[in-house]
Amino acid sequence: MPKTIFVDTSRCTACRGCQIACKEWHELPANKTTQYKWGSHQNPQDLNAYNYKLVRFSEHLENGVVRWNFFPDQCRHCELAPCKELGDVYLEGAIVRDEMTGAVLYTEKTKEFTDEQFEEIRQSCPYNIPRRNPETRVFTKCTMCNDRVHNGLLPACVKVCPTGTMNFGERADMLKLAESRLASLKGKYPEARLADPDEVNVIYLLIDKPENYHEFAVAQADLGPMSKKQFLATLARPFKAMKA
Amino acid sequence: MTNHWIDIKNADSILIMGSNAAEHHPISFKWVLKAKDAGATVMHVDPKFSRTSARSDFHVPLRSGTDIAFLGGMIKYILDNEKYFKEYVVEYTNAALVVGKEFGFKDGLFTGYDPKTRTYDKSKWGFEMDANGVPKRDKSLKNPRCVLQLMRKHYSRYGVDAVSATTGVPAKDLLKVYENFAATGRGDKAGTVMYALGWTQHTVGVQNIRSAGIIQLLLGNIGVAGGGINALRGEPNVQGSTDHTLLYHIIPGYMAMPHNGWQTYDEYVKGNTPVSKDPMSANWWQHKPKYFASLLKAWYGDHATKENGFCYELLPKIEKGGDYSYLFLFDRMYRGKIRGGIIIGLNPMNSVPNSNKLRKALDNLEWLVTSELHHSETTDNWHRPGVDPKKVKTEVFLLPSAHRLEKEGSVTNSGRWLLWHYKAVEPAFEAKPFGDMFCGFMGRVKKLYAKEGGKLPEAVTWLDYPEKYDPDDLCARINGRFTKDTEFKGKMYKKGQQVPTFTALKDDGSTMSLNWLYAGSYTEEDGNKAKRRSTEQTEMQKNIGLYPKWAWCWPVNRRILYNRASVDLNGKPYNKAKAVIEWKDGKWVGDVPDGGWPPMATGKGRYPFIMHKHGFGQLFGPGRQDGPFSEHYEPVETPVTKNLFSGQLNSPVYKFVSSDMDKLCKPADPKYPVVLTTYSVTEHWCGGGETRNIPNLLEAEPQLYVEMSPELAKEKGINNGDGVVVESIRGRVEAIAMVTVRMRPFKVHGRVIHEIGMPFCFGWTTPGTGDSTNRLTPFVGDPNTTIPEFKACCVNIRKADKLTELAT
Repeated sequence: MPKTIFVDTSRCTACRGCQIACKEWHELPANKTTQYKWGSHQNPQDLNAYNYKLVRFSEHLENGVVRWNFFPDQCRHCELAPCKELGDVYLEGAIVRDEMTGAVLYTEKTKEFTDEQFEEIRQSCPYNIPRRNPETRVFTKCTMCNDRVHNGLLPACVKVCPTGTMNFGERADMLKLAESRLASLKGKYPEARLADPDEVNVIYLLIDKPENYHEFAVAQADLGPMSKKQFLATLARPFKAMKA
Repeated sequence: MTNHWIDIKNADSILIMGSNAAEHHPISFKWVLKAKDAGATVMHVDPKFSRTSARSDFHVPLRSGTDIAFLGGMIKYILDNEKYFKEYVVEYTNAALVVGKEFGFKDGLFTGYDPKTRTYDKSKWGFEMDANGVPKRDKSLKNPRCVLQLMRKHYSRYGVDAVSATTGVPAKDLLKVYENFAATGRGDKAGTVMYALGWTQHTVGVQNIRSAGIIQLLLGNIGVAGGGINALRGEPNVQGSTDHTLLYHIIPGYMAMPHNGWQTYDEYVKGNTPVSKDPMSANWWQHKPKYFASLLKAWYGDHATKENGFCYELLPKIEKGGDYSYLFLFDRMYRGKIRGGIIIGLNPMNSVPNSNKLRKALDNLEWLVTSELHHSETTDNWHRPGVDPKKVKTEVFLLPSAHRLEKEGSVTNSGRWLLWHYKAVEPAFEAKPFGDMFCGFMGRVKKLYAKEGGKLPEAVTWLDYPEKYDPDDLCARINGRFTKDTEFKGKMYKKGQQVPTFTALKDDGSTMSLNWLYAGSYTEEDGNKAKRRSTEQTEMQKNIGLYPKWAWCWPVNRRILYNRASVDLNGKPYNKAKAVIEWKDGKWVGDVPDGGWPPMATGKGRYPFIMHKHGFGQLFGPGRQDGPFSEHYEPVETPVTKNLFSGQLNSPVYKFVSSDMDKLCKPADPKYPVVLTTYSVTEHWCGGGETRNIPNLLEAEPQLYVEMSPELAKEKGINNGDGVVVESIRGRVEAIAMVTVRMRPFKVHGRVIHEIGMPFCFGWTTPGTGDSTNRLTPFVGDPNTTIPEFKACCVNIRKADKLTELAT
């Protein structure tokens, strides 16, 4: 059974320890960011080749009450990952899944994908995760700290979290934790839900409507969540393209 | 903190006010959330909806500088509705004490006010004494001059309407907080108050905290698990540096700074040692001479003898009533009265109010020694924008400082825990810990005095100052040693051995200690207890998350201060489910009790508030400069012309300086109609001098912003992300507008008042990030502490035509 990260957003204070720890562990350089014409605490503005993890900030007024939602965004390490399924069609073994941990990983080989293929793979992701390093052309995203996990360590983002937002363990244990947290929050937050728990290995507990967190907090309806059957059907399109 | 971080989890109600705990003390929220999991209500009262508010049950916005009005309303609510914990209030606080006839209060002023000196004669605020010199008490609380009745009268003016019109908080929100928090006024419930600089940095800062102290005493929340007054102190080791006296007004262990009114040791001791005639009052400060003599002995070693007053007369003394805080210090520098200086561990050119004045003041120095990891606005002041470095006369020495990960030593956390931290890597290149530098300075100065003499050379040459910095040895000296062979509690200690606890300290020259509060932290028996990492605990301790063998805590490893107030007169815990201590089989179990005397009912006990002369928690606090009760005064710069509670608009005793650059705008000045508050951000540490040089943190918070409501933005024609100019009467600052629903307009005195907020962590040495927000803030301070009013002043804001300080 794969490993799972459970993200309890009801506990997140957006301290961004996870975002920074991710950069530190992967030794990613800083982006030049600005507030000009942006005016938000969410920096950098989006995931990119140097940010595998990004805490998204989303605020709104609801009957005069402010709600400010924090969403530590990262790859969901799907049970059946569209990026890998599609990638395999073009280039077997460029995108792999570690069966022991369930981590979906972009290898060096991903640099061989064309720009069009990258764009298709990016669009196949129901969570808008894949990015590409413009210099090395390697695909980038969260690695679940697979190297750390294989050495008995927690993923960096989980290790630094001070509030219990980020949790890591066996999928069954995390599901159990997620369900129990959901049960205890449901009374106070009628909108509380788990985001696509059956399809992914990074499970978010949300206490507000998903769209009040992030456009891709749950899988986009036209992209999934998918059953294996649904997914295979979508593969027809690129196959045809290749044959042509 | 009276309590400690883990203890927050024991609270039933959590009032976070004057603090943005989740952002500035992220770890605190680990425990806040645990309390919430267990059913506690978490309330955040703050001008801005922050990350703290997001994780609280609800947020209540209030106008900056109106906390006393808010809390005064809560005191009135508690008294009117009899929500206070009666037994606790009668037995453990000074509610029943009768106040002397000279005390009075009229139209915003307490008796004893002298408008010429802007000070109070505090002798007018004394208690009535009986024939034995013991304060008179009326446990029925009916005497109209008893503290509770006077308090009732004082706060009777703080009705919900006046409070609401002043604070901008709707009545229903006030009552929501009052009801929830006041519900802890019983033995089996606890409420905690978490505050930080949002309360201290006002001209009424101390009285903000006093107000909370009054509430906590009324509700019986001091000394109990999940209660307390919890000043959140953070990474900069504020707790440790205060204990060891970073501030000018005290010497180590919270003893007064010698001044010219106390010329001899005897005069100092007499002027500083309280006397109580009440046999039930422990009056712990009666032991001060032992701590003071041991401190002098630690400073002057063998030279210090009983005969020469332990060299007290060699100490430099301040002028009685003189103010040497940084507001006054930099004012003197601005006036050209200071020639040189050492500025280490802070970046005042960014983080002290009225930066424009500060930066000019620093130019007046002939020499300046600094020590930093990176160039800062202070080290590079002479290169600042608009200044020709060739025309600045100051010779600046910048010493490379070791990073805190490059040195070992102790830090004291907010819960008063003394924790050892280990060196991770060696300092790079020639960088050194500050301790090495100070030993280097002092060694050379001592040699110079020895060689050349000068005025009173013994003041320096006799100092027992280490030649080389050794943090372990320093910790041992802080604990203290016997200076001759001594028997203590049946055990023989040799000269030079560690004292086991502060009760071993004496005023006869037989002991030395650099800080009596830390005596017991480094002993012969257990070594350096800051290094302890055992989670061993009893079931009772486990129940409240108390780890007595993890590190060490002052005083005497007591984790919850005033814990004898958590039990009834028979020593039984008011809250059995979360007992802190209990009298069981003839002894105390649980935490280290606040004094080992048996319970009060035995007749051999002592009142639990042992650090106060009379032994009671001080609802009436006659020691402060601005009155024994808290009173609302408007910030010095205020958007209103009237104080709804009295004819006294501002604090009658706030501190100020008056150079040509210390301008203040008039009340409700139409040129500056907007309230500004300033704050830190999670991603940058204090003034940002270190963190702006860490690329990943700068990536997360790259530039100076101003948080403002959509309503104000619309009024001013400003869009989110626009460049703006914020102006006060003292200066102008560029920032990027962050238009957010998290800032709400306030309805104050029947009209709308807008408030904006800005961080102060950006500076010109990190190009394109912005420059000091403190160019806007005023140089005015609290009468007790002279802490500046960073949290409330008046400004205006407009869209910028072009930006020069910020990259676009």
